Amino acid sequence: MTKAITVSGLHKSFGRTRALDGLDLEVGAGEVHGFLGPNGAGKSTAIRVLLGLLRADSGAARVLGRDPWADAVEVHRRIAYVPGDVTLWRNLSGGEVIDLYGRLRGGLDRGRRAELIERFELDPTKKGRTYSKGNRQKVALVAAFASDVDLLILDEPTSGLDPLMEEVFQRCVAEERDRGRTVLLSSHILSEVEELCDRVSIIRKGRTVESGSLADLRHLTRTSVTAELAGPPDGLARLPGVHDLDVRGHRVRLQVDTDKLDAVLRSLSASGVRSLTSTPPTLEELFLRHYQDEAVAR
Amino acid sequence: MTTLTAGSVPARRLAGTGTLLRFALRRDRLMIPVWVAVTALLVLSMPNTLESLYGTPAERAGLKRQMATNASLRAMVGPVFGDSLGALTAWRVGVYAGALAAVTSLLLVVRHTRDEEESGRQELVASGMVGRRAPLTAALLTAAVANAVLAVLVAAGLAGRGAAGALALGLGIAGTGMVFATVAAVVAQLTESARQARGLTAAVLGAAFVLRAAGDSATDDGSSVLTWISPLGWLENLRAFAGERWWVLLLFAGAALAQGAVAYALAGRRDLGMSFLPARPGPAAGRLGTAGALAWRLQRGAVLGWSTGFLLAGAVFGAMTEGAADLVGDNERAREIIARMGGQAGLTDAFVSAMTGMLGLVAGLYVVASVLRLNGEEISGRAEPVLAGAVGRLRWAAGHLVIAFGGAALILLLAGAGYALGYGGDAGPLLGACLVRLPAVWVVGSAAVLLHGLLPRAAVAAWGVAGAVLLLGWVGPALDLPRAVLELSPFAHLPELPGGEMAWKPVLVLTGLAAALSAAGLVALRRRDMTS
Repeated sequence: MTKAITVSGLHKSFGRTRALDGLDLEVGAGEVHGFLGPNGAGKSTAIRVLLGLLRADSGAARVLGRDPWADAVEVHRRIAYVPGDVTLWRNLSGGEVIDLYGRLRGGLDRGRRAELIERFELDPTKKGRTYSKGNRQKVALVAAFASDVDLLILDEPTSGLDPLMEEVFQRCVAEERDRGRTVLLSSHILSEVEELCDRVSIIRKGRTVESGSLADLRHLTRTSVTAELAGPPDGLARLPGVHDLDVRGHRVRLQVDTDKLDAVLRSLSASGVRSLTSTPPTLEELFLRHYQDEAVAR
Repeated sequence: MTTLTAGSVPARRLAGTGTLLRFALRRDRLMIPVWVAVTALLVLSMPNTLESLYGTPAERAGLKRQMATNASLRAMVGPVFGDSLGALTAWRVGVYAGALAAVTSLLLVVRHTRDEEESGRQELVASGMVGRRAPLTAALLTAAVANAVLAVLVAAGLAGRGAAGALALGLGIAGTGMVFATVAAVVAQLTESARQARGLTAAVLGAAFVLRAAGDSATDDGSSVLTWISPLGWLENLRAFAGERWWVLLLFAGAALAQGAVAYALAGRRDLGMSFLPARPGPAAGRLGTAGALAWRLQRGAVLGWSTGFLLAGAVFGAMTEGAADLVGDNERAREIIARMGGQAGLTDAFVSAMTGMLGLVAGLYVVASVLRLNGEEISGRAEPVLAGAVGRLRWAAGHLVIAFGGAALILLLAGAGYALGYGGDAGPLLGACLVRLPAVWVVGSAAVLLHGLLPRAAVAAWGVAGAVLLLGWVGPALDLPRAVLELSPFAHLPELPGGEMAWKPVLVLTGLAAALSAAGLVALRRRDMTS
């Protein structure tokens, strides 16, 4: 089996609200897959369909080769899930909840549990009601990373974690990948996704708008170029793929579609290049571009 | 700087009370009118009903005489102080209306204090221009508004029977409400969860009811110390329409003020969201490994509490049953009275039947509370990670339902055992009298299962089912409602045990109905989306 998750044409409506509108998603086994989208794009709805908590109106979804609705229990044995907002039982200690979650899945690695509690600096004897948001999140994360499962589904798992813990989290995800586990990571923290993910899907209004490796996606977007030239630039404006051209004397700033970069560089060097900075698109720009398109479309 | 220090210290502590009060009344714009209307209607419809039952002064005087001689009847409804229709109204529904006002008040106060803190909503509110004492004040004022409206409705509605008596009854009912509003205010400072606060205050109310019952069975004029300890006993000793003792109102006022002062003192000495029963550390590792074990862990405290309460209530009622028949003998009229109150011939048996019936109705509240834990787990989002484990929905639900339905059997069994201990008679018929209520309790529980399956967001409506059944059973017969209405309650179909003939058909039909409703609810649960 090479695909941990395959989803095609998923639709889900709540009354008149269309949460998912033909969502497609493919997550290969062993990869860390970033799942991005603005608030309300349908990420959590999609995840809850993958967990069999919601029933899709139409479309197909397979998780670990099975139907997440019909075979929920079998699928869940091999899944660990961390919601973005963990609610705990007020009178159960964190340690009790970690063990409960573990036993409700495929089981728990005691050694790893102890190690993770140490690394996340979690006090497992505190009761649910006394944990802060970040600490509640840690309870669910420790349970997930210590569980003996094949697939981790993490829905904005680092909300409430401080930067140090965020780093611990990133290392844990990397370790999971090294152990051959699959991770679906829904996140708003783009640096986190950029750091961790092999492939990314961006969804908007319940539909997948981009999907691929970060390299692929970067290819689709623009590089910013700033250059200091020996002479005045010539003919840049006529080149295909050049945007936001700003020429001030010998100084040039422009955006260029990444696949048209070559022609621009040639044109620049024809004028003599004194200095040049070229910034590849960040995921943030990628994301903002889709997000702004949406804002414009509205 | 001047604006920040403006106003006296007490005034600043109360800043924002008006805004919070308006907000609370807006949030409860449905709950308060419905509760007030139901309670007022209960009281206001009583004179006509009583008139149709006891039309002539001679009949009413006879009723008064009978009550004076029958300790067991007094335990149920208290002594009669006058034979006017007004006095009989106060006798028949006063305590129940007071208890209803108490329940409304305690729910309102907990909802606007501990509930708000527990959910974290209070934090955002308190960060605004809101004084330290404002939330508690607004909660108490909300209850005061509800009780004041109720008092006005009762006083105005019964004024035709005697203005003084009507006013006394209205104030007594509202006063009972405020006494329990302030009990709730104190308890809400002590506990950390709203559920605990509601449960403890309700336990105080239950104790007040049992104390009054025990006191009234001991004396025929409400003069027992036990009656005077209970706020519900004060309501009766106010003697509305029968030579009002206005000074009794001072007891309500004094208790409410004293408890209010304690609540404010406690509230001023603790941090937001904290309580005086602090959380102790728990184990670093747990043994819980299944959804069923989790359900038991979450519900075991409640099961223990209800079990203790039912055992004690059974024992107290059992002790009161002693001599119920001796005092009245074969008096035809007394039998008639008890028959009109929902019992039947054979006085001891009728009394036992009425008391165990009452316990059965209250067990309906247990079963709804227990089934709704399932709903609470889902709505709060705590069920989601559990169901994301290798746990099917049916197994998850079954864990809670076994406790709900099995627990109902357990508490009724314990009530029967307590009754047998208190009464000292043959345990068999007493256990039977308690357990025969079980199918009806299950039907109430299964209605909650069905609601949770079909309409998880509206499943709290199951409380309405339990409340309606309770009202039909407690005051339905006295209201002389049509048979068809009374029979809406599953309890109306059960054989009257002990004394009556055991009928298996209704027992089996109700059990089947409960099974069918539960199954339908579970099928719906399995097919629908989980809410969060």
